[in-house]
Amino acid sequence: MTREYLFAGFGGQGLLFSGKVLAYKGLIEDKNVSWLPSYGPEMRGGTANCSVIISDEPVGAPIISYPDVLVAMNLPSLDKFEAQVKPGGTILVDSSLIERKVARDDVKVYYVPATKLAGENGFPTLANMILMGKLLDVFSEYDMEAVRAALGKCVSARHADLLELNFKAMEIGKEYQD
Amino acid sequence: MADKVLMKGNEAIAEAAILAGCRHYFGYPITPQTEIAAYMAKRMPKIGGTFLQAESEIAAINMVYGVSSAGKRVMTSSSSPGISLKSEGISYLAGADLPALVVNCQRGGPGLGGIQPSQSDYFQATRGGGHGDYHMIVLAPASVQEMAQLTIRGFELADEYRMTTMILADGTIGQMMEPVSFDFEIKEEPEKPWATTGTGMKRAHNVVNSLYLSPEVLEIKNIERFEKYDLIAEKEALAEEYLTEDAEIVIAAFGIAARVAKNAVNAARAEGIKAGLIRPITLWPFPVRTFKKCLGTAKEIISVELSMGQMIEDVRLATECKVPVSLCKRVGGMIPSPEEVYAAIKAAAERTGE
Amino acid sequence: MVVFDKPRALADVPLHYCPGCTHGIVHRLVAEAIDELGIEGRTVGIAPVGCSVMAYDYFNCDMIEAAHGRAPAVATGVKRADPDNLIVFTYQGDGDLASIGTAETVHAAARNENITIIFINNAIYGMTGGQMAPTSLPGQVTQTSPYGRDVNACGYPVKVCEMLSMLDGPEYLERVAVNNVKNVRMAKKAIKKAFQNQIEGKGFSLIEVISSCPTNWGMTPAKALQWVDEKMIPYYPLGVYKDRSAGIIPGAKEEAK
Repeated sequence: MTREYLFAGFGGQGLLFSGKVLAYKGLIEDKNVSWLPSYGPEMRGGTANCSVIISDEPVGAPIISYPDVLVAMNLPSLDKFEAQVKPGGTILVDSSLIERKVARDDVKVYYVPATKLAGENGFPTLANMILMGKLLDVFSEYDMEAVRAALGKCVSARHADLLELNFKAMEIGKEYQD
Repeated sequence: MADKVLMKGNEAIAEAAILAGCRHYFGYPITPQTEIAAYMAKRMPKIGGTFLQAESEIAAINMVYGVSSAGKRVMTSSSSPGISLKSEGISYLAGADLPALVVNCQRGGPGLGGIQPSQSDYFQATRGGGHGDYHMIVLAPASVQEMAQLTIRGFELADEYRMTTMILADGTIGQMMEPVSFDFEIKEEPEKPWATTGTGMKRAHNVVNSLYLSPEVLEIKNIERFEKYDLIAEKEALAEEYLTEDAEIVIAAFGIAARVAKNAVNAARAEGIKAGLIRPITLWPFPVRTFKKCLGTAKEIISVELSMGQMIEDVRLATECKVPVSLCKRVGGMIPSPEEVYAAIKAAAERTGE
Repeated sequence: MVVFDKPRALADVPLHYCPGCTHGIVHRLVAEAIDELGIEGRTVGIAPVGCSVMAYDYFNCDMIEAAHGRAPAVATGVKRADPDNLIVFTYQGDGDLASIGTAETVHAAARNENITIIFINNAIYGMTGGQMAPTSLPGQVTQTSPYGRDVNACGYPVKVCEMLSMLDGPEYLERVAVNNVKNVRMAKKAIKKAFQNQIEGKGFSLIEVISSCPTNWGMTPAKALQWVDEKMIPYYPLGVYKDRSAGIIPGAKEEAK
């Protein structure tokens, strides 16, 4: 099985980090993975995105034309990528930043006010990880041990406190129901 | 996952270079290869190595020339416009028969071009790039694992043949992360009796030089160098073949284009089209024999490139124009989708079908 | 009694320089310094592009021929390859060092790269047949300034020692000349000190040697040496422009006043 994820939003929202955690989790679970960021000046506060592929097969092209999953953290990203999601695919929307609803009816959509929840819980920069918790839960892939191990690979040991906050954010996302 | 780590292609190059014994890196910032410099800046001071941000690409390649003259493994990296600047120095390295590793993480051109991935420096890399009769060994990685592996191999080849090896990567392979293992066997570096390490008053002086004012001598030098190139072409050409045994439509693609093409080949096979892929790993020397071999079944070859069609000329030369060779391309930083390549395969199958 | 002998570090081959050219003198001074300091076996010299391009044949230490203007970058590489052992010098003319290689010169100085630079300033491109150099004097007639260097059209000469002395980086900058016995003696002292500094790890030392080019100046050797006195030295005053260890630091001097 192959699943292709596209994380999209503003630079600075931690999308590349989310993608890396997801890719590391795949690696820990012995999957084939690739992670590809958009790069360049647009990363400095403009739109940023990151493609992650998790597969049982060797990964061919790391570039994604039609994602299975879109995680949208701003309106331009949803506008740009909504139509490209595969029929039957999944869209996660940060509903505290995107007011409109997804127009398509052939995809599963989850609205999570991630930025709002992050602010309320005292870690305003971790909306990305709230969405990540929800994302893993949606696919019943929230394996706590693998999640912790993946976070451990992405957060340096000197910042153990950050690791716990990331983990807490993911837990909030996992528990969140529309 | 064993011993694998998730790493960017550019970082994998840097780590592999250190494993290969390279302790001298010189560079100048340019997107999309800057991670190599950043990695070296962090690591080199901790292992007694030298990281130096040079005043220009020109200075950087000449610092490489200096370290190589002194007999040590050394590298620089840049992206397309920076490689143009380094080309003077690369020509001098060739003329002085000095080993070095140069990484080109290609972006779109000409001129300042763009910063998105490209393969439009193929001619520059495979023909030499600078002035004079010379070649570099050109390696084209298609994965982060190969970025590491070919870097180590690149140092070995450079030392063995006393010439520059270029890693011809692109923005995508440089920026993407994949699992990579650094479980490599590192061969011992060869002796370099020609190096300018100081005579120690024990031998006649060594001279590193590319100047030969006598045309008779310079002619011999060039001919000898090309005898070496012939040997390399014979021994070192390398390609990956994928489903080529019975392939009627053969894709020729390297680097990131080959990964896209592989998806398309799989899609075509699922539709019953006998498609295959030849992925040159050495661009110079070009894997001529692999292409000749596919002529038994091939009805058409499609060169998939991130350029206006550069490698296609080598494909035609290698196959002596015995089958049609068409081009499937995106340029300017665009990458063809597997669907586009599949469409090209389908069209070729229809053209060549009885 | 031996009154005159060839320095060991200088190869026993005929030099290709024109009659009256001062390259031969400076080669000899460099070789004498290498001999006296006993460093030939660990010295690597870098030859430029220009008249002294074939200096790699004239010194017995290991030699490298660099691309035009790039000698300081090459020297940086060599020095960094074996900093504790090797003594590295470049030997460059004015076109090489002060025109095409200005960036390499300035940045090697700014880094206080522990190398020695011998800079031959004869105000002309010799090898290519007498074109205007970055150091050609205002009004100087050359092949490419046939009506005299017009500063309105092609700017003013580059004063390398003065320019570099404003940088915090370099250790030692001195301008010398080789047009008479006294000046040759001074030049010898400066060149030796530039190597000694490197041995002691003090950093970047550059000796600018005001030289003559009778062939391309269109003068007899004697007249050329006179021209050095009358025209060159007034424009390029001799002396120490910076010597950090001796407390000669132009910037700091201002503060002291």
